[in-house]
Amino acid sequence: MYTASDLRKGLRLKIDNEPYIITEFNFVKPGKGQALYRTKLKNMLNGNQFERTFRSVDNFEAADLREKKMQYLYKEGDKYCFMDNENYEQVYLTEAQVGDAVNFLLDNIEVEILLFEDRPIGISLPNFVELVVTEAEPWAKGDTVSGATKPVKVQTGYTILVPTFVTEGEKIRIDTRTGEYLTRVKG
Amino acid sequence: MNTIHQDDHFCLARKSQALHLRAKFIQGIRHFFIQRHFLEVETPVRIPSPAPEEHIEAIPSGNWFLQTSPELCMKRLLAAGYPRIFQFCKCFRADERGSKHLPEFTMLEWYVAQFDYCQLMDQCETMLIAGLKDLGYDQRIIWQNKKIDFAPGWERITVADAFFRYAPMSCPEALAQDRFDEILVAYIEPHLGADHPTFLYDYPAKLAALAKAKKSDPTVAERFELYIGGMEIANGFSELTDADEQRRRFEEAQQARAKKNWARYAMPEKFLQALRTLPETAGIALGIDRMMMILTDTVQIDNITAFPPEAL
Repeated sequence: MYTASDLRKGLRLKIDNEPYIITEFNFVKPGKGQALYRTKLKNMLNGNQFERTFRSVDNFEAADLREKKMQYLYKEGDKYCFMDNENYEQVYLTEAQVGDAVNFLLDNIEVEILLFEDRPIGISLPNFVELVVTEAEPWAKGDTVSGATKPVKVQTGYTILVPTFVTEGEKIRIDTRTGEYLTRVKG
Repeated sequence: MNTIHQDDHFCLARKSQALHLRAKFIQGIRHFFIQRHFLEVETPVRIPSPAPEEHIEAIPSGNWFLQTSPELCMKRLLAAGYPRIFQFCKCFRADERGSKHLPEFTMLEWYVAQFDYCQLMDQCETMLIAGLKDLGYDQRIIWQNKKIDFAPGWERITVADAFFRYAPMSCPEALAQDRFDEILVAYIEPHLGADHPTFLYDYPAKLAALAKAKKSDPTVAERFELYIGGMEIANGFSELTDADEQRRRFEEAQQARAKKNWARYAMPEKFLQALRTLPETAGIALGIDRMMMILTDTVQIDNITAFPPEAL
């Protein structure tokens, strides 16, 4: 059970027997008025989205979802193939089910496949991934505190904005929920 | 410099322009009030009994609370003979965090004896226009691709008219269904202050616990909110000066709070006593952080404060 103050982007709820994820969340409150929790919800089975506003008295059921470690094998047409390393069973996800996770998907990496009542319905990425910068403009030395950013490419081909001091070959930590740069990682 | 330090510096460094502007804006406002013979005051941040309000919860601090507003102490000063006072202070509200909310935020609050809420709207308008001029702004500000014109004569619309114009139901209907705030936020606020700052005024009496009822129509209170770019910037009213009525409203709020299992505050007796000598007064609270969001063209309050709570 969740209450309204637990609501946040990424939280997964069960509504009318289907799993939903909060894709957008904002706390709004007229200064003297009621707290309102405005959400955009995405149905995790069919991708349908709708907006809904909740109040602080509302309660929510958690979606019965679990994750299983699987290995990403290959892409075939618009299907992504994963293998359960315990029983060698293969499961497939559609491009829509993989979604933005494709930005962080390397061949053969282990990912968590999301199961809703034992059916694979998507990928559950860790909140943070570390990827190597493969293409970056060189760093103009001395420019450490200007707050400026530049686009670089990482291993998966994903393009991301980073501070200018990040150089090619460095590993960076990315927040998979926002797709944004967090920090550089040593080694 | 290690990488964590470098990234931390990066976050703070990118706010440089906003932080400089913020400081200059505050200095300009201070100058405005001092020129008009206002006394800058300080009241305690930690207090024993906040005003009980149905929808605002204070953060405990020891066996006292952090203030949700400096209102009670400032009115005690007015009652004691300080007719024009202002202050910048930190206010704290439990569980308020979002793109426009910080649990600790900066409030500008000022009071003028012998003013009513209409005169205060005029003064608020004059003050902000002067503040913009000090910063070298034109009277037009671009905010989220909207041109907002700050030329004098800002729009004023009553709550009832705003519901009539923008909402799918009337204000009394929304109140009867307990959907006032929801309708306000979803249908009305987005239109307010889109082209020029807008004062929304004459709130339903029961939504203005510390304001005076309007003589010509006691179903509404002499309360207003300033909106810019759909965002609530300031809240002001003609102050209630009837101590017995104030006590009754506080009791009512305590009961509504009890239903939500919120803390029961001790009755602010010294404040209630002071109300007996409070002159006719109007007062207003203006969110400095929100105003900075307008001036720096951002929708994220984190961008205009050096340290949002998650960065600590």
